[in-house]
Amino acid sequence: MKSRNGKAGPLSLTRRKLVLGGSLVGGALIIGYTAMNFGSVAAGALSIGAEQPAASPFGPFIRIDADGWVTVVNAFQEMGQGVHAGIAAIVAEELDADWGKIRVVAAPANTAVYKNGAMGMQVTAGSSAIAGAWHRLRTAGAAAREMFVQAAAQKWGVQAGTITVRNGMVIDTASKLQESFGSLLTLAAKQQAPAAPLLKSPDKFELVGSRRIGRKDGVSKVTGGPIYTQDVQLPGMLVAMVAHPPRFGAKMRDFDAAAARSIKGVVDVFAVPSGVAVVAQDTWSARKGRDALSVSWDEEAVEKRSSVELRQLFQQIGELKTNDSGRSYFSKGDPAKAFNEAEFQASYDFPYLAHAPMEPMNCVAQVDGRQVKLTVASQLQTIDQINTALAAITLPGSVQIETLPTGGSFGRRGLFSSDYIVECVRIARHVGGGKPVKLVWTREDDTISGFYRPMAHHRLWINRDADGLPAAWRHHTIAQSLLPIGPNSTEVEGIETSSYVTGCSVADCRVFTPTVGVPVGFWRSVGNSHTAMVLEHTIDQLAHMGGVDPAEYRRAIYRKAGDERRLAALELVCERAGWGHSMQDGWARGLAVHEAFGTVVAQVAEVAILDGRPRVRRVVCAVDCGIAVVPDQIAAQMEGGICFGLSAALCGKITLGDGGTPAQNNFDTYEVLRHPDAPVVETHIVPSRRDPSGVGEPGVPPIAPAVANALLVLTGEPTTSLPFVS
Amino acid sequence: MKLNVNGKGRMADVDPDMPLLWAIRDHLHLPGTKYGCGIAQCGACTVLVDGHAVRSCSMSVADAQGSQITRIEGLGGDHPLQVAWLKLQVAQCGYCQSGQIMQAAALLAANPKPTEEDIELAMAGNICRCGTYQRIKAAIKEAAGAV
Ligand code: FES
Ligand code: FES
Repeated sequence: MKSRNGKAGPLSLTRRKLVLGGSLVGGALIIGYTAMNFGSVAAGALSIGAEQPAASPFGPFIRIDADGWVTVVNAFQEMGQGVHAGIAAIVAEELDADWGKIRVVAAPANTAVYKNGAMGMQVTAGSSAIAGAWHRLRTAGAAAREMFVQAAAQKWGVQAGTITVRNGMVIDTASKLQESFGSLLTLAAKQQAPAAPLLKSPDKFELVGSRRIGRKDGVSKVTGGPIYTQDVQLPGMLVAMVAHPPRFGAKMRDFDAAAARSIKGVVDVFAVPSGVAVVAQDTWSARKGRDALSVSWDEEAVEKRSSVELRQLFQQIGELKTNDSGRSYFSKGDPAKAFNEAEFQASYDFPYLAHAPMEPMNCVAQVDGRQVKLTVASQLQTIDQINTALAAITLPGSVQIETLPTGGSFGRRGLFSSDYIVECVRIARHVGGGKPVKLVWTREDDTISGFYRPMAHHRLWINRDADGLPAAWRHHTIAQSLLPIGPNSTEVEGIETSSYVTGCSVADCRVFTPTVGVPVGFWRSVGNSHTAMVLEHTIDQLAHMGGVDPAEYRRAIYRKAGDERRLAALELVCERAGWGHSMQDGWARGLAVHEAFGTVVAQVAEVAILDGRPRVRRVVCAVDCGIAVVPDQIAAQMEGGICFGLSAALCGKITLGDGGTPAQNNFDTYEVLRHPDAPVVETHIVPSRRDPSGVGEPGVPPIAPAVANALLVLTGEPTTSLPFVS
Repeated sequence: MKLNVNGKGRMADVDPDMPLLWAIRDHLHLPGTKYGCGIAQCGACTVLVDGHAVRSCSMSVADAQGSQITRIEGLGGDHPLQVAWLKLQVAQCGYCQSGQIMQAAALLAANPKPTEEDIELAMAGNICRCGTYQRIKAAIKEAAGAV
């Protein structure tokens, strides 16, 4: 996607010039950013529609009302990762606001104003939410604070230098005069917003990094509050279900709707590009209507290969037995001779994985002529807006998105195809008249809808130097590409930045991207979900080959590479886990350290084999995510990430049976981690003064290799494919 | 069909074979009970039927006739479990939590001082994809001290 001026596309890392300003709107002070020049924004195509700059009802970023309440407009999807708490903390910190009087609301879709600072469009992905918001929110908060200080100085006729702000009160330390934000509002709005306000030094932070702050969205989640897309009820709303093809690539040829139409409550049955839609008065009638359909499928273009066949193909590609020579993304030295006789060789296989968020995909759409309203847990507003506009034959500016919280996503709601949203929009367009339509996917629809974490195969050849450290590293990765265009780099992320590989004198790293008719997509931690296993489990095998303790072996490599962050995380995790101390019979520890999305995570897992399967009872986790904004949420993300990664490692797999039909479609077959298998996780934060980096994904990758490394100790056998239990 | 939900008699004009879950959500407009799998595998739809934890996706409206149905809203908001859940910041996405809390309520009603194993066993049918298991367990223990 190129912008109109042909410059940076929406994925580029450009930062536009944003001007900070404050103004009084409807009795409230709005402090936020206005883009200098909409014509030059990266996502040029998006600005064709109606742009609403600064003063939408909740102006961008911060609004302060006469009653002293501070409202922060959050542009990011709340998917359970506690973004709201972090954003509130950053603003309250610089503004010195009252933590009890700050709230966060979701922003409407508006790319020009709410672009994620790190990614150039409105998305919540790549664990970037806090990292992207950090500078802007701090600056806006600090600017607002200065405006209140100036206003007070003017009103009281005192020097600004003696004025301080505390809990939303502006106080003159000399005269003891004090007033609240609320009562200084009008005067503050008349002040010039400083372009570069003074930011607090991190060691002066009182809220950021404190255990005192927590999530502000907890209550509705323990009282059953109607907050999800699935809960939306609108007057006259219809419910739709779609009969999807049973195999990837099939198209609807013909259908008989007679039986479906005779079901009480069924309103309409019609074809959509993705299958046959049944629209009904309620969910159960839609379900019964769909069950009553008979559909015949055109299976010409179906992907018929099974997982077993694909795995064999991937292995052949990895051995260079096909005419695919891949794409080299990292090479060093002269590989010609270095691998003639590799002393260490290994291969690893990974299955397709479904996201399986607790709330299956769903969407509410209303289409009235060219106007579209979506009420949906959108994670990728910018893209969803474009795809909706294309499906409804309108302009992105005519697409209004009300963003709801999601019952989990793990990447599923952040796809470039917006598949379920487009499906809903097409149905709502057919229904027409602005009538609300809720598309409901069953768990089965969700599980076999594809957009999986790609199946992957890794093949390695390694030689060591005289000290036993890796010296020559050849690495082939075979996986479908996640990106429609450009080189596939997401499936090898973490490899070329690993000091295990960069520290070698010879390296030859290639990625192969065979075409398979199974849609793949971003899955929590993306390529790291398998590259970490390959790197970290390989390193333990190399350590064992040389008879060296795996922590000691890593230390040697990190020291040589000057990798201070990994060293610090390693030391902390070893200390807290009691690394090197003896364990109860039958139990062993396994270690892994991996960096993803700028955050380093080290984990030690305590593992035994009980009833023939790995049992993980405790995981000690050290995380370096820069300045820790909300420590309890970082811990929660590590706990959740470890469970998510462990779920996949223990039992997660989507396999294609003979003929290419997915063999799993609900939680009875697509097994996930449950209470009895969940470990106790202890999280320790590595002190840091770096800007914050994300925590939503980096907790996932290290757990599989940590467990595999413990199993290596227990059994002497390496793990060559996941899941552990098959 | 007549249903007795959270102590009130409610009429729902639905077929007797409709799962209780959809009658509650779509017809009584009480969305606190969630849909997760539809086949009694995830626990998101858990309600109490005459005090027992039941998967409402797999019980028909006909079978629920004459029983007392208690849903998340019926706990009142300040039930010790809800208080503990908030205190320990259990919820992430939150979607599974009303089912988890109902399951835990049934557990504590039958076994006010559950052991670690009791909790794991009783809760094994309730999936949380966000992985809040350890906090759920801690919150149940916390509430057990308070009930
Ligand atoms: S929806 Fe009833 S158990 Fe999953
Ligand atoms: S909190 Fe998200 S599924 Fe449990």
